Amino acid sequence: MSMINYASREINCKLVYYGPGLGGKTTNLEFVYNKVAPSARGKMISLATETERTLFFDFLPVDLGSVRGFKVKFHLYTVPGQVYYNASRKLILKGVDGVVFVADSQIERMDANLEAMQNLYENMTQHGYDLTHLPFAVQYNKRDLPNAAPVSELQNALNPGWPVEAPSRQRPLANPNREGEWLVSQEDGQWIERAPYFEAVALTGDGVFDTLKAISKSVVKTLG
Amino acid sequence: MSGGASTWAFQEDDARQIREIMTALLDETGARTALIVDRTGQMVATAGEPPTFDPTAFASLTAADFSANDQLARMLGEPEFGALVHQGERESMYLADVARRVILVVLFDSRTTLGLVKLRARATVSRLGEVFTAMFSRDGTSAPGVETGFVGDAEDEIDKLFGA
Repeated sequence: MSMINYASREINCKLVYYGPGLGGKTTNLEFVYNKVAPSARGKMISLATETERTLFFDFLPVDLGSVRGFKVKFHLYTVPGQVYYNASRKLILKGVDGVVFVADSQIERMDANLEAMQNLYENMTQHGYDLTHLPFAVQYNKRDLPNAAPVSELQNALNPGWPVEAPSRQRPLANPNREGEWLVSQEDGQWIERAPYFEAVALTGDGVFDTLKAISKSVVKTLG
Repeated sequence: MSGGASTWAFQEDDARQIREIMTALLDETGARTALIVDRTGQMVATAGEPPTFDPTAFASLTAADFSANDQLARMLGEPEFGALVHQGERESMYLADVARRVILVVLFDSRTTLGLVKLRARATVSRLGEVFTAMFSRDGTSAPGVETGFVGDAEDEIDKLFGA
């Protein structure tokens, strides 16, 4: 739910990084915080436990500057990765404009990824939101680790796609980020759409801004 | 196309009305500052002394605080805690739900009392409730919308800020 404030000429958009514990959500925000010009970002707030696990959320406001008379701001949030903090995960999704699912590529974390993805769908549904109609991207993090699962395997498990019902959208849509790949394609006679995905190593920043750029562009498109 | 809650617009007239109502509350109580924060954590309006803290961070924490307390209320079998108070040695804040969409925050110090703030805020919440209910029920198409070319320009800015 973007808020367009005509009185203060501001548009605020809420982006939420979701995913399993220790997958790199906070690391994504920390990298953005460290690399974006200080004048373009606010204070980063982390409500974390003593062992630096996110307890409630991390929050980082990023200021896009003035666009056609409106100050555009992105509010970046992470949710706690651990399942027992589900109540706070759900609260953070309220009013979300775009979701990034940060998956841990390590093969041992596949079950945790699946559980978090399932939980994301459930929490979105409980808010009355439909993830298949909202800006949504998947980031496969920790690609540098030797035990990282192949991307094709992660895609099959976490981003198998959803059927495209609207006839107007039943046509091939190229993936702008991956040459030769499709976001909408026909498979076994059925039109399927997948969320765009990105490979990343959040610790070094690889893929962090690619993901953020894609999701923030999808969100501004919904305003036009 | 959006699968989430709809975009809402806050216009000049709304802002003026809301500021008037908040300013009246400040005059009646001697409280320092009144703020309106939406439930998703965005600052909507302020009146009185300008905040000396980061308003964006304040708004996100206020919404989280209020939402967490909402859930606690439900666990106790209450539909909601309509209002919350945080009392400090010098500075205190009073938070109240408005029309289930936004939160009124009143910041006050020893120049007034919690009792007076609570008493006067009740009427303020009801007046603000009417304004916000009307605002949210308004046809979305009545908002002027963003200019043509906004999306393209915004995408260029995104490339500049996050690297092309």
